[in-house]
Amino acid sequence: MSPESWLTAEVAGPKKASVITKPEIADAMIKRAKRPVLVVGNIATEIDLEDRKLIDYLIDLAKRCQIKVVATAHTNAAFLERDFAPDAVMSAVDIANRLADPDWKGVDGEGAHDLAIFVGLPYQMAWTILSGLKHFAPHLKTISLDNVYQPNARWSFSNISIKDWIMNLKSIIGNQET
Amino acid sequence: MGTKDINISIKELETELGQIRDLKFSVGRLVQESWTEPQGPTPFPSITALRGWDMTLLKRYRPFYMPFCDLCCLCTFGKCDLTGDKKGACGITMSGQQSRIVLLAACIGAATHTSHARELVTHLISEFGEDEPLDPGGLSIEVEAPNIRLVCGVKPETLGDLEQVLDYAEEQINALLASTHTGQEGNPLDLESKVLHAGMIDHVSMEVADIAQISAYRLPKADPEAALVDIGFGAVDTEKPVILVIGHNVPPAVEIMDFMQDNDLAGDIEVTGICCTAIDMSRYSPRAKIIGPISWQIRYIRSGIPDIIVVDEQCIRTDVLDEARLQKIPVIATSEKNCLGLPDRTRDPADAIVADFINGSADGAFILDPEKVGEIAVRTAMQIAPHRKRQKVPRSLEEGIEEAKKCTQCRLCRRACPNDLHIPDAIKAFARGDPGMLSDIYDSCVGCIRCEQACQQDIKIHSLITLAAEGKLRDESFKLRAGRGAIQDIEIRQVGGPIVLGEIPGIVAFVGCANYPGGGQELAEMAIEFANRRYIVCTSGCAAMTIGMYRNEDGKSPYEIYPGNFEAGGIVNVGSCVSNAHISGAAIKIASVFARRNLRGNYQEIADYVHNRVGAVGVAWGAMSQKAASIASGFWRLGIPVIVGPHGTKYRRMLLGRSDHEEDWYVYDARTGEEVYVGPVPEHLFVAAETKEEAMVMIAKLCMRPNDTSRGRALKLTHYIDLHRRLIGAMPGDIHRFVRTGADIPITMKEEILRILDEKGWKETVIPDPTLIARQKTEQQP
Ligand code: SF4
Ligand code: SF4
Ligand code: SF4
Repeated sequence: MSPESWLTAEVAGPKKASVITKPEIADAMIKRAKRPVLVVGNIATEIDLEDRKLIDYLIDLAKRCQIKVVATAHTNAAFLERDFAPDAVMSAVDIANRLADPDWKGVDGEGAHDLAIFVGLPYQMAWTILSGLKHFAPHLKTISLDNVYQPNARWSFSNISIKDWIMNLKSIIGNQET
Repeated sequence: MGTKDINISIKELETELGQIRDLKFSVGRLVQESWTEPQGPTPFPSITALRGWDMTLLKRYRPFYMPFCDLCCLCTFGKCDLTGDKKGACGITMSGQQSRIVLLAACIGAATHTSHARELVTHLISEFGEDEPLDPGGLSIEVEAPNIRLVCGVKPETLGDLEQVLDYAEEQINALLASTHTGQEGNPLDLESKVLHAGMIDHVSMEVADIAQISAYRLPKADPEAALVDIGFGAVDTEKPVILVIGHNVPPAVEIMDFMQDNDLAGDIEVTGICCTAIDMSRYSPRAKIIGPISWQIRYIRSGIPDIIVVDEQCIRTDVLDEARLQKIPVIATSEKNCLGLPDRTRDPADAIVADFINGSADGAFILDPEKVGEIAVRTAMQIAPHRKRQKVPRSLEEGIEEAKKCTQCRLCRRACPNDLHIPDAIKAFARGDPGMLSDIYDSCVGCIRCEQACQQDIKIHSLITLAAEGKLRDESFKLRAGRGAIQDIEIRQVGGPIVLGEIPGIVAFVGCANYPGGGQELAEMAIEFANRRYIVCTSGCAAMTIGMYRNEDGKSPYEIYPGNFEAGGIVNVGSCVSNAHISGAAIKIASVFARRNLRGNYQEIADYVHNRVGAVGVAWGAMSQKAASIASGFWRLGIPVIVGPHGTKYRRMLLGRSDHEEDWYVYDARTGEEVYVGPVPEHLFVAAETKEEAMVMIAKLCMRPNDTSRGRALKLTHYIDLHRRLIGAMPGDIHRFVRTGADIPITMKEEILRILDEKGWKETVIPDPTLIARQKTEQQP
C-alpha cells in the first residue's frame, strides 16, 4: 500500500519517500553515510516515549553513531539540560539552505554532509524543507525519523504507532552500538 | 508611462485681456510647482527600472526554494513534472516555477490592495469631490505620502490626485501578471525582481487607500492617543440588535454608522466587525466593536448573535452565506469582487429588501450602494433582533457530549488540522464529560473547520470546541487602541537619530494574518517582550487585534499599558492592512525627514539608506494571504527583513543570507570608497522561524545594521545575547560576526566575549558609512 502523508492534504509526488519498513534500513543508511547530520526540531522535546522524551533517544543515537547534531529553534536548551552540546544551533531553513549547497563544509567545517536525518520539526515545515532538499540537493540523502510519513524525504517511516516508533528507534540505536 | 495626459505650458501669451506669463495647466496629471524637491532618477519606475537594486539584494539574499508541489499545471502542456532538474514542456525549471508562483501571489496581493484603493477613492470622490484635500495628519505631517513620493515622484494633494497614482499601479500589476504567462519570464532572479516590484507597488496602493480614507472620513490623524476601543466576543451587548461586518473596505460600515447617527440610534445597536473593516470602522467611530481576526468568523456566526451580516471584500470565508443560512441570518454582499451568487438588488427600494429579509423570503442580497446598505442593515437588525431565534448547535453541553460520542477515533480530523491539534483525544475526553482538552484546543485553533470537513461522522467539531471553551469566549473583552494612521514628522525627528545610530535597538512590526501555529497569545507575548526592551513596536491588521486580545494579571491589555507613540517602548497600532504603508512610510521618512535625503523618484538611494541604517524587522507570525506576500515583498525591496512563522515556509521560498560567506557582507564606505566587511547584518531578508522563542532571537539579531554606532551595536548585541541565553540556553555561536571593534562589546559581558572572539580568531574592522551602491561612495552622507 502506498503510504499517505500524515496531514492528508500534503500530497507529494511523483517522487516520494521510500518507506522504512524495518529499522535495518535506516540503520544501514546511517552506517553507510560518511558524514551524517541530525537536525532536531523543538517537538523532540515534547514527545513522550515511555518514560523518556524523544530527544533522549536522539542523544543516544547521536552519541553512539557519532552523528553531528544541529538543534533548531530553542531545542538547544533541552539538549544542554541533558549535558549534551549540539554541534550547531541554526534555524531549520538556514541549515536546509546550507545542506543544499554542495560546497558547504558542514557543521564542523570538515566537508559536505552526505546524509541529513530530520526529526521533531512541525510536520508542514519539515514537509516544505524536505521538499527543498529533494529538488535542490541531489548530493544529499535525507531520512525523516518522525513517526509520520514525510513524502519529501528520501526515506521515511509510514504513519506508525508510538509503540512501533519506540521499537524502531531502539533498534536503530541498538544496532549502531559498536 | 503611457498616459494620455495633456500638459500645456505657455511662457507668455498675449490676449485681449492683457499679457499672461508662466501659465501652466494640465489635464489628468498632477501639477507639481509647489514641490521644489528635484526629481530623482526613477519616477513611476517601470517593471525593470529597479532591477539593478533588486539584483544587489538578491545576490546577498538568495532564494532557498521549498516547492509546495512537484508539478506545474498552469497550461494544457501540463501537468509537467518539475522534480529536481527536470524542465516543463515550456522549458521552465522548478526554481523558475516557484518564483513564478511567488510572483503570482504578490500580484494577487498588490492587485487586491490596488483594487480596494481604486474602489475607495472612486467612492470618496463621488461623495466628497476630487478636490477634497489629502490630510493624513494635519500640521504633524508634512510628508503626507512617503511611498507615493518615493516611488512615483509626485506629491498628491487631493483625492483626485490619487487617481493617477492608481493608474500607474494598475499598469504595473498588469505587466507583472503578464510576465507569469507560459513562455514569458522564466529566470528565477528576474521573477524575484518582479516580486519586489509588485511589493513596492502594493505599498503605494495601500498608502493611497489609507490616506484617502483618513482624509475623507476623518479617521485618527497620526494620533498616538487614538481612542481605546472594545474588542472581543464578550464586549458585545447581545440584548441589542447586532450587525456584523466582515472584510476590508469600509464604506458600507461607515454608512451603517452614519445612518444610526442620523436617526438617533447610535447607542441602540451593536455594530461589530471581523477583519480589517472592523479595525477601520473603529477608527471611524469608537462605538464600533471588533470581534477579532479572520478566525472568529465561524464561531461568531454560529453563536447566532449577529442579526445581519454585511460583507465587503478580502479575507471573507466564501461559505459565509452557507453558515449564515443555517442560522437564518440575512447577508448583504457589497463588493463587485464578492457577489456570493446573490441577486443584484441595488436598484430595489430599501423597504422591499428589508421586508424580504424579515419575512424570510430572501436570505441575502447584492447591493452596490453603501448608503442603501447602511439603511437596510440597520433597519433589518432592529426588526429581526426582538424575534431572534438562536440556532446554536449543539444547543447544550449534554447535546454536545452526545455528539462527541459518535466519534470513531478515526483521526481524520487531526490529519486535516493545519496545526495537527490532538482533536480525537480531546473529543474522547469530552464524550466522557471532560471539556478540558477541547477547551485547550480552542487556544490554538484557527477556526478553519477543516476538521469538520474531514469527519465522516459529521461531528460539528469546531462547534464542540467553542462549546467546551464557552467561558473563554464570553470572557473575551479587551481594549485595543484604534489605528492611529501615519507617524508624525516630529516623532520621526525625535527617534530618527537614535534608530540610525542603533541606540533605539530596533523597530519591530508585527503585521499580517492570524494563521498562528500555536495561538495568538504568542504574538502578544512577543510584542510585550520587545516593548519592554524599548524597541519601537508597530502593528496593524489581524496582528494588531491579536496583540489586544491579551490581558495581564491586572486585566489590562497591552494597549492600556504601553503608549501609542512611535517611540522606544511604544506599541503603535497604525490601523488596518492598508495602514502597513505607514510602517514602510516611517522607514522612508527617517531617510527624508531625519536624514534629509531626497525622496522624490529616488527609490534605490532611499532603499539603500533604509537597508543599511534603519534597524527595522517585520514579523508576520500568522501570514496566510497573498496580500501578506505582497506586503512582505514591499518591505524586502526596502531591504527590511521579514520573519514568518512555520506556516510561512509554504510561501515556497525564503531569501536567506549566508553568514559563512564572508564575501557577501562587504559594503562601500561612502567616505573612502573602500569596500569594508560589515558582517551579516541583516542576515536574512525572508526567514521562517519554528517557534516564538526562535523568532524573538531572530528579531533581535535582524535589527543590527552596518551603520550602528558602537554604543548602538553594543545595545543590540546585549538584547540578542540576552534573548539567546534565556530562550536557547547559551551564548550565540556567531557573536564574532557582529563585533566590529572592541567598543561594540557589551560592557557587562566583556571578558566572556573577548574569550569567544579570541577562539574565533576575530579581527577588528572599521565602521563605515555604509552603502551597497557603488556610485554613491563619492557622495557625502549625512
Ligand atoms: S506552464 Fe510550462 S511547466 Fe507549466 S504546465 Fe505549462 S508547459 Fe508545463
Ligand atoms: S478548526 Fe481548529 S481544530 Fe479544526 S482543523 Fe481548523 S485549526 Fe484544527
Ligand atoms: S474525524 Fe470525526 S470521527 Fe474521526 S476522530 Fe475526528 S471527530 Fe472522531
